[in-house]
Amino acid sequence: MTRQMTGAEMVVQALIDQGVDTVFGYPGGAVLPIYDAIFQQNHIKHVLVRHEQGAVHAAEGYARSTGKPGVCLVTSGPGATNAVTGLTDALLDSIPIIVLTGQVPTFMIGSDAFQEADTVGITRPCTKHNWLVKETDALSGVLHEAFHVATSGRPGPVLIDIPKDVQFASGTYNAPQPSTSHYQPTVKGDITSVTELVEAMEKAERPLFYTGGGVINAGPAASQLLRELVSSTNFPITSTLMGLGAYPASGDNWLGMLGMHGLYEANMAMHGCDLMINIGARFDDRITGVISEFSPNSTKAHIDIDPSSINKVIRVDIPIVGDVGHVLEDLMKVWKSRGRKTNSAAVGNWWSQIKEWQAIECLKFTQQGKVIKPQYALSRLEALTKNHDRYITTEVGQHQMWAAQYLGFEDPNRWMTSGGLGTMGYGFPASIGVQMGHPESLVINVAGEASWLMNMQELGTAMQYNLPVKQFILNNERLGMVRQWQELLHGERYSSSWSESLPDFVKLAEAFGAKGILCSDPDDLDEAIMEMLNHDGPVLFDCLVEKHENCFPMIPSGKAHNEMLLGDADTQGAIDAKGSVLV
Amino acid sequence: MSDLNLKKGTSAKSAYNLRPNFSDIVERHTLAVMVENEPGVLARVIGLFAGRGYNIESLTVAEVDHEGKLSRITIVTTGTPQVIEQIKAQLGRIVTVHEVHDLTVEGPSVERELAIFKVAGDGEKRVEALRLADIFRANVVDSTLKSFVFEITGAPEKIDAFADLMRPLGLVEVARTGVAALSRGG
Ligand SMILES: Cc1ncc(C[n+]2csc(CCOP(=O)(O)OP(=O)(O)O)c2C)c(N)n1
Ligand SMILES: [Mg+2]
Repeated sequence: MTRQMTGAEMVVQALIDQGVDTVFGYPGGAVLPIYDAIFQQNHIKHVLVRHEQGAVHAAEGYARSTGKPGVCLVTSGPGATNAVTGLTDALLDSIPIIVLTGQVPTFMIGSDAFQEADTVGITRPCTKHNWLVKETDALSGVLHEAFHVATSGRPGPVLIDIPKDVQFASGTYNAPQPSTSHYQPTVKGDITSVTELVEAMEKAERPLFYTGGGVINAGPAASQLLRELVSSTNFPITSTLMGLGAYPASGDNWLGMLGMHGLYEANMAMHGCDLMINIGARFDDRITGVISEFSPNSTKAHIDIDPSSINKVIRVDIPIVGDVGHVLEDLMKVWKSRGRKTNSAAVGNWWSQIKEWQAIECLKFTQQGKVIKPQYALSRLEALTKNHDRYITTEVGQHQMWAAQYLGFEDPNRWMTSGGLGTMGYGFPASIGVQMGHPESLVINVAGEASWLMNMQELGTAMQYNLPVKQFILNNERLGMVRQWQELLHGERYSSSWSESLPDFVKLAEAFGAKGILCSDPDDLDEAIMEMLNHDGPVLFDCLVEKHENCFPMIPSGKAHNEMLLGDADTQGAIDAKGSVLV
Repeated sequence: MSDLNLKKGTSAKSAYNLRPNFSDIVERHTLAVMVENEPGVLARVIGLFAGRGYNIESLTVAEVDHEGKLSRITIVTTGTPQVIEQIKAQLGRIVTVHEVHDLTVEGPSVERELAIFKVAGDGEKRVEALRLADIFRANVVDSTLKSFVFEITGAPEKIDAFADLMRPLGLVEVARTGVAALSRGG
């Protein structure tokens, strides 16, 4: 079906045809025709953010929590450059988003026109793909292809740069068709390799599933298959930060998160396993610790949709390229058809070993005295909200790691955090995007005071659209994670890691018309959290916590999984000169 | 363990080997990358090499299929086998890359390069330059009383050898196109 319309109308029509209901954006000269087209329709809701970085993180939160791609609309020049952090964030965490940028008219490109930037040049390394559309007739094809590219294979951010004259001009609009482009990534895994993995699973004495964000990206069916596989094999399972929720935290085989601030039992199991089954994770350096000592005695299988992830960091024995959902389906079939065998006696012994590690209770803490421990704050938040229909976002720092450790995720798409890029300022706008996608649900951003200030302007957005997002700030008056590294690595010289001149968060909330709650006494905490939950509207919760609490366990830079620090007593001389150059 | 040759998308021949025997020896590989001829595609390829710290020894690019809008980029690069495999996989991720061929491992191939040399001198040296050019089947494309411009085609090693010989004979300037390469046979 083809129709004549302006480029601006095509943008709106393509979004409608692609099933988009929400766009996060900010207007400017170079996108006025598109804003005009948005004004004249009722299908798509536009959310006016307060900074373009906020628009992109909101779209990420929306995408991660709904499984649908997120869409942003920003102007040329500064609008586009403000989107760069969000694009990079989405690239590293494989989040499907489509960013539409305005551009100066084609006949002015290259003249250093007002608000001209080489947007496709700037964003080429931080998008999965990008396009500059110079003809209105080409626009609808590119718009549809952008959705195809963002959501197929390994998902990621794409950007379309649309000059203003292209938006004004009329052309032919084509409705979406199944993509015929060259880009059609392989989704089925090689069955010989799948069988090889099954054989390894039958024999394994100390097997371990190590899962990542790829399971979430493969959709809820993949998480379901993973749960079946885990329960029918009785193998233990750990997950990266990005994969939390694919397997339920309350599940019998759950070891908790692994990695730099992962649980003792999870990291020890990684180190000691004889079969590691990596499903949709990428051997990130926060996971592996020092590579030369990474899980020295295991056969490693790796299921990933991106061939470049395989053998990039860790050399694997059984590589399987494919979509996690498809591969798990085949894996289950082959494993069942061969009689559902495992070496259950040996796996039983492996579990006894794991139980010993679990008995250490690496996350144990004692709340005493009149100062709230951050771990206690999160434990109470967990207890009081876990039965809600709940979504959690986070900022970046210690609070993020504590949230991953102390909150339990029962389902996929419930946990939105900036893993790969570690972007302070992600969590608040992401919570807005999540709430837009789930208006009736409880959305909480677990924040640090410093990170939260990086995109605090979005409180205006939350107020304007009545989004009752709860900002749970663990306020240690420190750039806590930086301070922790300075304590461990830089002789306790706390260079610029104090959060000075902090605002009065309650008054700040009130200045925007939101509710502020201050809590500093552990005895008041439950009541204050209930007050936050019962308030119908955005809440800024300023939770004053212990200022110098460190986040443990911790695998120091340059160390192996079995060299974890469990508490402050372990930290003396823990990181040597070689480790201290690592980030 | 047997080698598994993974197909990338719909391309028939695959350059990926997911189970290579990794060594730490640096190798030189010639890659042929078929790309959609769209603006920015070369920047994507070059940006990948720059951004990830890979080497480019030579790079040539030209459209080879006007109707199909396909260009062929020939890249000569160096790295350990693990790095070479990464380079190929990373190239394969670029949305507008259709095929990646590693001519160095996919069987015998031919490599050719064109170079233009300016050599200035007189007397014996001038005569010797002309004699060597003849042996190397280089053509004289320009001459003055004091100089020649030679055009030579061949494998890069042949051009290197010619350059070595011309240097003491008054080599002034060289321009090289970089390598174009194709696999042998049908
Ligand atoms: C945009 C950005 N700048 C700098 C950093 C480096 N960084 C990582 S954690 C951190 C401190 C975060 O402080 P806060 O938000 O208060 O969290 P806390 O660690 O105290 O819980 C900093 C500065 C970052 N991750 N992102
Ligand atoms: Mg802090």
